[in-house]
Amino acid sequence: MTDLAHIRNFAIIAHIDHGKSTLADRLIQVCGGLTTRELREQVLDSMDIERERGITIKAQTVRLAYTAKNGETYQINLMDTPGHVDFSYEVSRSLAACEGALLIVDASQGVEAQTLANAYLAIDAGLEIIPVLNKIDLPAAEPDRVRREIEEVIGIDASDAISVSAKTGEGIAEVLEALIHRLPPPKGEADQPLRALLIDSWYDTYLGVVTLLRVDEGVLQKGMKIRLMATNARYDVDEVGVFTPKKTPVASLGPGEIGYLTCGIKHVADTQIGDTVTEDRRRAEKPLPGFRPSLPVVFCGLFPVDAAAFEDLRESLQKLALNDSSFVFEAETSAALGFGFRCGFLGLLHLEIVQERLSREFDLDLIATAPSVIYKVHMTDGSMVEMHNPADMPDPVKIEGMEEPWIRATILVPAEYLGAILTLCEDRRGEQIDLTWAGDRAMAQYRLPLNEVVYDFYDRLKSASRGYASFDYQIEDYRPGNLVKLSIMVNGEPVDALAMIVPRNKAEGRGRALCERLKELIPRQLFKIAIQAAIGGKVVARETLSALRKDVTAKCYGGDISRKRKLLEAQKRGKKRMRQFGQVEIPQSAFLEALKLNDS
Amino acid sequence: MAVRAEPLALYLHWPFCRFKCPYCDFNVHIRAAVDEARWVRAFAAAMTRAAEELPGRALGSIYFGGGTPSLMAPETLGAILDAAFATWPADAPVEVTLEANPGPAEAARFAGFRAAGVTRLSLGVQALDDDALRFLGRDHDRAQAIRAIEAGQQAFEQVSFDLIYARPGQEPEAWRRELREALSLARDHLSLYQLTIERGTAFAAQVRRKAWSPPPEDTAAAQFEIAQEETAAAGLPAYEISNHAREGARSRHNFVYWRYGDYLGLGPGAHGRFIPAGDAAGVRVATVARRKPEAWLEAVEAGGIGEEERVTLSATERAEECLMLGLRLAEGVPEARLRAASGQGFDAALDPAGLARLRDGGFVTFQDGVLAATPEGRQRLDAVLGALLA
Repeated sequence: MTDLAHIRNFAIIAHIDHGKSTLADRLIQVCGGLTTRELREQVLDSMDIERERGITIKAQTVRLAYTAKNGETYQINLMDTPGHVDFSYEVSRSLAACEGALLIVDASQGVEAQTLANAYLAIDAGLEIIPVLNKIDLPAAEPDRVRREIEEVIGIDASDAISVSAKTGEGIAEVLEALIHRLPPPKGEADQPLRALLIDSWYDTYLGVVTLLRVDEGVLQKGMKIRLMATNARYDVDEVGVFTPKKTPVASLGPGEIGYLTCGIKHVADTQIGDTVTEDRRRAEKPLPGFRPSLPVVFCGLFPVDAAAFEDLRESLQKLALNDSSFVFEAETSAALGFGFRCGFLGLLHLEIVQERLSREFDLDLIATAPSVIYKVHMTDGSMVEMHNPADMPDPVKIEGMEEPWIRATILVPAEYLGAILTLCEDRRGEQIDLTWAGDRAMAQYRLPLNEVVYDFYDRLKSASRGYASFDYQIEDYRPGNLVKLSIMVNGEPVDALAMIVPRNKAEGRGRALCERLKELIPRQLFKIAIQAAIGGKVVARETLSALRKDVTAKCYGGDISRKRKLLEAQKRGKKRMRQFGQVEIPQSAFLEALKLNDS
Repeated sequence: MAVRAEPLALYLHWPFCRFKCPYCDFNVHIRAAVDEARWVRAFAAAMTRAAEELPGRALGSIYFGGGTPSLMAPETLGAILDAAFATWPADAPVEVTLEANPGPAEAARFAGFRAAGVTRLSLGVQALDDDALRFLGRDHDRAQAIRAIEAGQQAFEQVSFDLIYARPGQEPEAWRRELREALSLARDHLSLYQLTIERGTAFAAQVRRKAWSPPPEDTAAAQFEIAQEETAAAGLPAYEISNHAREGARSRHNFVYWRYGDYLGLGPGAHGRFIPAGDAAGVRVATVARRKPEAWLEAVEAGGIGEEERVTLSATERAEECLMLGLRLAEGVPEARLRAASGQGFDAALDPAGLARLRDGGFVTFQDGVLAATPEGRQRLDAVLGALLA
């Protein structure tokens, strides 16, 4: 155990690509945590996707020993946090384990939406913030402008921001000194009953679940019987340790210290981020504040393109969930797409990451239905149901009203693209809260229904700004919405996978667009096909795909016979992937394509 | 067995052409010189050996296809025919068809071919329009085509010629005019083929690089419909998807394919379907000969019949082929034929829900044990078969 005065706990917060991981690597290297040979590029982000996309999904810590200029050696704990709003609760717990934060801003880019969101989270958590201007070695670096931006946009004093280049190492020494002198040490009594904050956990093939925590009060020791206060589960501590960044067992962790424990927990889902770990025999009276279970907010159906891959998908989802307790799934059957799973995510990025991991790590070809949010449906009998699958929409006559989640979005965009961005927000039922300027960039704050954002808002935002706009959001509240279920019918039969909840005044346009697209995508058949969009029983758009007029092989002699038969057999096999709608069979691929192009 | 009592159809492939047409994906080779005597010996030897599997069968028809079999000397053709008749007896007059190009060189030999035993001429006219003939890569023009038709009609009992429609830029009404002219020239048989872009052809490469596009489905459909109307009005209605004839002038040889009878294919790349003698189960085999002319010759000269592949067809495959071919004919498929070919009846071979939908939609009829595609159904036969087969 280290005395409190010689401990510093800090988080690194930044927008994607502003150099957070490079800076962390540099700090580890300077403190001798790893030799250069061992220093893989960006050690902290261990998952491939994290490294490629520069996103941290899991919180990770490193304990470093730093000998300061005053000759004393300090234990500094570096906390790498998930940098995205989807994980804002997880970020808030990571921040709660620290006394300070390095706010990293790219000196050539300036403040971005995520910088802002994370800085506010740190400010809310009462952290001491040290602004760091990174990448000052770049010719495009404008430290003075960015310093002003930090003051104007975020509203914190940036006069003593440290200029660094994580790449060249310039300014790293100043950062380490600032950590010692500008951040407060942790507080906490070692003789109190144990209270430790559960920051994160992950599954390790050899050890089972590894739990990352920060001790607030008391001492955590190997062999201790502990209790998780939210779940009330008891465990025996097998091992206590720290990351240097190598996993290193220690005898105990005292107040202010950050480390891990293993105790035979089988599933990550049994550990809840933000829970309090206490000693079973000598329990703390109250848990640490701020705990809440993390709940999915965005849902979609995931279906294997090849129906035979259903079991593979189930297995892969189970494996993913081993390490990601915020991701939930249950089996679902769709008339149009076959067997699949309804999955819940913390947000859009989370959804994207899970989908990408499924295709990349598990080699699955998947199709996702349009993402949905959770609607609160108030029934005429006074009850309320939460609904995230349009298929579960109750009979409209029994619905008194519906509510949908709204977000507060922050968008930073260069002036020349502002017009396009404002138009996009207005189109998506946005309500402007604020519009301010920082140099030649505008910061727009909007209230937007989450349902308008889950489709392709982010893609639109990027294309309307040539990639320069940055965007972040937080869920604010539920508000009543005039919402309806838009159904797509083929020959009078609903295509469940294409159903969606939309604002009434947009239903017709959306329906028409989908009908037109399906008309393009469905191959002509022997019978004409009616493609309709309906709200309740009322058809709002209709397209007719005329019947096939000619489809016959001109010649069929000697050698053509085998070839033609093989084509016919391929056609027969393809029938298995067809879905019957009245007189016609429609290839699943048409629906898959329609979903891919959704809402364009 | 009933099938074996039927006359045998013999297909002989002459794989040589003077040049390759851009739409053609047949087994065609260009050679500076062809040792025709050697080919006669090879065909004769192949026939003798093939006859061991097909003993005691009577020949019903012989078809010289290609390639351009009209490039061979009439004497060569005569010698091959002699060998065929020496191998299999013929109870009745045999239909002997020769495919020919309408060039002047061939036309000059029509009398010789007639004398050698050819009864039916099938001319690759393809178009009656000089621009279209150039596009199709042919080396004859319209005037030569017309002269060849007339010369053929003088020399042979039966003459058919081919036209290709749904050419790029061809308007339906222009096709109607061309077809009417063709009908005024035709005596009793016409084959009208929609231009099909086959894989591996020059046209396929041109279409892929978007040099031009085949007409859209609706245009091709209109042209197909025009072909039905005009040929019916002229007394040569469609008896098969692409074949039109006066009653009694239908190609006997091709009927063997479509009625799923036995045919032996000899020559490079030729396909055959027959029930070998000595096969107690009476199961039909599908054969393919070696494609390269020299390879086929060498195989035959080494004591074989040049076969490269022989597959015994499963009951399902036989049922599929029987239906797929038989439904091309206006007459349809009697259940007895399907049963003889595959051991299955319609109930096993067809998807009952599909059949019901197709009947309701007017695409097929099912009467007195005969399943037939209606004109509407034949025009969409590929889709119909997809829906029909179990």
